[in-house]
Amino acid sequence: MLSRSAGKANSMKSKIIKVDYLARVEGEGGLYIKVRDNRVVDVKLKIFEPPRFFEAFLRGRNFAEVPDITARICGICPIAYQMSAVHAMEDAFGIKVNGQLRALRRLIYCGEWIESHTLHVYMLHAPDFLGYQDAIQMAKDHGSVVQRGLQLKKAGNAIVTLLGGREIHPINVRVGGFYKVPSRSELATLAERLKWARDAALETVRWAASMPFPDFEQDYLFVALRHPDEYPFNEGRLVSNRGLDIAVGEYESNFVEEQVEHSHALHSVLKQQGPYFVGPMARYNLNFDRLSPLAQEAAREAGLTSACCNPFKSIIMRSIEILYACDEALRIIAQYEPPERPAIDVPVRAASGYGCTEAPRGILYHRYRVDEQGTILDAKIVPPTSQNQRVIEQDLAQFVPKFLALPEAELGWRCEQAVRNYDPCISCATHFLKLEIDRG
Amino acid sequence: MSASTSRILIIGIGNAYRHDDAAGLQVARRLKEQALSSCEVHEQVGEGTALMDLWKGAERVFVVDAVQSGAVAGAIQRFNASQQPLPAPIFRDSTHTFGLIEAVELSRALKQLPSNLVIYGIEGQNFEAGTGLSPAVLGAVNDLAEKLRQEVKVEVAFPL
Repeated sequence: MLSRSAGKANSMKSKIIKVDYLARVEGEGGLYIKVRDNRVVDVKLKIFEPPRFFEAFLRGRNFAEVPDITARICGICPIAYQMSAVHAMEDAFGIKVNGQLRALRRLIYCGEWIESHTLHVYMLHAPDFLGYQDAIQMAKDHGSVVQRGLQLKKAGNAIVTLLGGREIHPINVRVGGFYKVPSRSELATLAERLKWARDAALETVRWAASMPFPDFEQDYLFVALRHPDEYPFNEGRLVSNRGLDIAVGEYESNFVEEQVEHSHALHSVLKQQGPYFVGPMARYNLNFDRLSPLAQEAAREAGLTSACCNPFKSIIMRSIEILYACDEALRIIAQYEPPERPAIDVPVRAASGYGCTEAPRGILYHRYRVDEQGTILDAKIVPPTSQNQRVIEQDLAQFVPKFLALPEAELGWRCEQAVRNYDPCISCATHFLKLEIDRG
Repeated sequence: MSASTSRILIIGIGNAYRHDDAAGLQVARRLKEQALSSCEVHEQVGEGTALMDLWKGAERVFVVDAVQSGAVAGAIQRFNASQQPLPAPIFRDSTHTFGLIEAVELSRALKQLPSNLVIYGIEGQNFEAGTGLSPAVLGAVNDLAEKLRQEVKVEVAFPL
């Protein structure tokens, strides 16, 4: 639901930009921007979707329930919640899932990236660039493009449905592996569709690169996982472009969450360094060399180098990640041999465990402390959108002064587009959008 | 999930863990229990692209969802979506605001809307977290399940 209201300017030099309900984002949030003498003096990304208290009601539950409970935090990225949860628990119990079970976890994550990224690229973000109110209006002029997006998303759904047991809120992931693993022939049924999807993803990269982009390069602090051999999904060290290189277990000694009055989502910052950027653009900048040759080639063809600091071009990088996910899924399927058992043994003990995986929108951190029966004593979950809030506000503070001459409605739209660069998932972030620009 | 091959399709939408939001799911479950062989019955969470995929190719589609229009709890509204746009604000939001309304309108824009798409809205009262329907909504669910069973029977006997 979109309802923009622009505050009446009291003088030529001051204004309020206000968006009551941000459209085409997941959950409820708004935006308030105050401008005085052509300077932005205040930006608030307001997250007013009510808090959801997941961390609190995980206490007292059994460790085995965690993947299914946390999957409920998000209908768009349930796999991310399941993956961070199981890795944190496995860390606590001192076990490691390897081989084909590990490969299947990468495969189901590929499915989620394809689904989530395709929805955002085609349905939520592309209309901004092409000047349409929404994907429905866009479909009237670009029917075949929208059809391609819908089919591409289905390829991702098919992976999640097969491995997760169902499309939404999958139920087949467990600490130690899966409840049931697919046969070779079951996985092979996905391959034909994924070959088509890989071609469609390549077309998507070209289409995304053809869009008009504002000149808006920023100096960002990027944070993402980095793995010695792979583009990151489930494992790696937390690295930045400014020297951070830590194990996942060191997250809380390096990052802090701060409460702000205007948001139900905690703001996350890197100690001594401040706000940081997570998600496809951070992953791309920190892991370009880990992309498959096909994805790297597509990026170069799209005019990108191994570094890109224009957040509006995140739509290209998100498309490159769709291509990578299709490519990686096909590689995993080609090499698949069913494991002897669907899960490894889980020796329960009293311990704390840490997990961080790359959700479609960026790093998702989980920490659990369990007793000797495996009952959860406390839990901490830091979703990607809450980590990006401060950077989104910084972008708006930089972006608005350049475009103050635009008509009110268009300026409001451009601000929303700048927020959608991050594909914010407000439902995930609440503990967490409305646009207001106050010109005085 | 693939496009339906059945001529008649019934889709119940809702969140099973938000009290009255589950009204559409409950109607679907009652019709499944009655094993209507003449049609397919599906339960959905309301994700738009999945709905589009499901009703693509079907001739006659009935969708049941909970609504918030300010009417009395349990009130049943009927919309012929093939003929007119839905009154968007009364249907509850789905993930990434790509839900039932968007699925109907995107299908219309892509010329993939079933020729007969009827949407029933059951007015809910309690959308807080938890299970179980309000008494008035439970009554409406039973009434609508029976009405749909009759509608399908007539449809089979006297196809459009």
